[in-house]
Amino acid sequence: MSTKSAVPGISVELPEIKAGFPSPAQDYVENGIDLNRELVRNPSSTFFGRARGNSMEGAGIFDGDLLIIDKSLEPREGAIAVCFIDGEFTLKRIHFERDGGVVVAIWLQPENESFAPIKVTQDNQFIIWGLVVHSVRSF
Amino acid sequence: MFAVIDCNNFFVSCEKVFNPALEGRAVVVLSNNDGCVVSRSQEAKDMGIKMGMPAYQLAEQMGLRVGEDVVAFSSNYKLYGDMSRRVMQVLQELVPSMEIYSIDECFASFSGVSVEQIAEKAAEIVYKVRKYTGIPVCVGVAPTKTLAKVANWYAKKYKGYKGYCIIDTDEKREKALQKLEIGEVWGIGRRYAKFLKGEGVNTAYAFTQKSAWWVKKNMGVVGLRTQMELGGQPVAQLDLREEKKSITTSRSFGEMVSSLEDLQGAVSSFASACAGKLRQQGSAAGYLNVYILTNFYREDLPRYYNSITIKLPEATDSTFLLVEEALKGLKQIYRKGYLYKKAGVIVGDIVPCNAVQQNLFEHKDTEKMKCLNEVLDSVNSKYGRDALKIAVQGGLSDDQAEKWAMKRTWLSGNYTTDLKDIINIKA
Repeated sequence: MSTKSAVPGISVELPEIKAGFPSPAQDYVENGIDLNRELVRNPSSTFFGRARGNSMEGAGIFDGDLLIIDKSLEPREGAIAVCFIDGEFTLKRIHFERDGGVVVAIWLQPENESFAPIKVTQDNQFIIWGLVVHSVRSF
Repeated sequence: MFAVIDCNNFFVSCEKVFNPALEGRAVVVLSNNDGCVVSRSQEAKDMGIKMGMPAYQLAEQMGLRVGEDVVAFSSNYKLYGDMSRRVMQVLQELVPSMEIYSIDECFASFSGVSVEQIAEKAAEIVYKVRKYTGIPVCVGVAPTKTLAKVANWYAKKYKGYKGYCIIDTDEKREKALQKLEIGEVWGIGRRYAKFLKGEGVNTAYAFTQKSAWWVKKNMGVVGLRTQMELGGQPVAQLDLREEKKSITTSRSFGEMVSSLEDLQGAVSSFASACAGKLRQQGSAAGYLNVYILTNFYREDLPRYYNSITIKLPEATDSTFLLVEEALKGLKQIYRKGYLYKKAGVIVGDIVPCNAVQQNLFEHKDTEKMKCLNEVLDSVNSKYGRDALKIAVQGGLSDDQAEKWAMKRTWLSGNYTTDLKDIINIKA
């Protein structure tokens, strides 16, 4: 029967559990460093993805890295974002080109000189899916 | 005021979150064994694909090319269960109290929200759930649960509402009920709808105009309750209604409990109650969900809510299997150090027993099954939980195991619960 436990990184602790319940000594074994708590600020909106390719090496993200993505964050200038454009997920820095405060274009900026920036136009099927908040690399 | 918060085309919406290219396409999700259509995108509805339509008819009757004209998915209850948990977690931060009604739907109390703020709150719910989880929801707000369902129906039906509809005056209430066909009213089953239409009662409004005496005589107390609710009079006990898609057994504890053992006791009894209800109506469930939560009214105590959905290998009504699975699930979501106020078990993807193929137990032979359950229980209590289970489940030949494996041709990945299946992002 398939009840394999959820991946630890995706399990769910609510953010407000900071102080913990007053039971100081009894639980000390379990109160080690919890990466879930450290790296996942919003459990309900946090998703995981795998970086494939080397266009973001300048930002320290390499092929195979585990990306921690928060969908709840508002896109901001220079953020590293998981975008969906023309049928695939892509990882880039986002830049808003403005004209008098109004956004006239969005640029997807790679962090590797061998890749060209992508200008998002109205012809593209485009969404900003979430922002990358951490990247985990195994050695 | 009550709110009903309902996810739009929930299973399909879950698939679309991880596959945004499906936007604008006709998409359906199929039941266990890829049997029938259980969820449809708007485009699939517009094509005339009906709820419950057997999958083979998509090609044979409608002439659709599956994979091209319409994209089909096998049901991935692990994914839907995890997305449901996320949606409920977002909601629980936004409303003072809530009652999870099914995998994709909940009631919330809007008490304490001022009249001016209701619209703002409803809009916030629609925006935040979508933003945080990718799942679109509709909100209906009204003085009673039944009216909130009516409001929700309008919010879903008409895009102009932007996802929420509020019935807060008698004028709006009457207008909404006049345009609502009686069969759409929550709690009016197909049989009563037919009866009422035969009596010339075609709209919800016409139903409210009947005398209470007439309604009670013909439809009993439940009918009367529905009528009162449609009139704007909240009826306290509403949890009696049977939900089509799932069966929920849950209870708030008199005293808050903290130990795993106490919760195990409660969850076992809920799971076996669900099994009993399934057997009573001659049906079997394809998935099981367990949830636990702390008291959200107590702001001084740490809050915790979690749930887990377990896909059953085969639709079942067996007490033994359901209890076993429920306890496994509970173990995964239980966290020490919280005072729990409520727990519940939901079983869903319900199908008639005669539609269940290749079952280990003879459903008609309840005596035999009861006997088997008793034997299992007594042996297990003597020799440990897994003693007999292993003998039963591990004793299948390869051929039998093959037969047991469900047909899930179009299963998507467990994007949120299995690291092997997470989305790939081109960098």
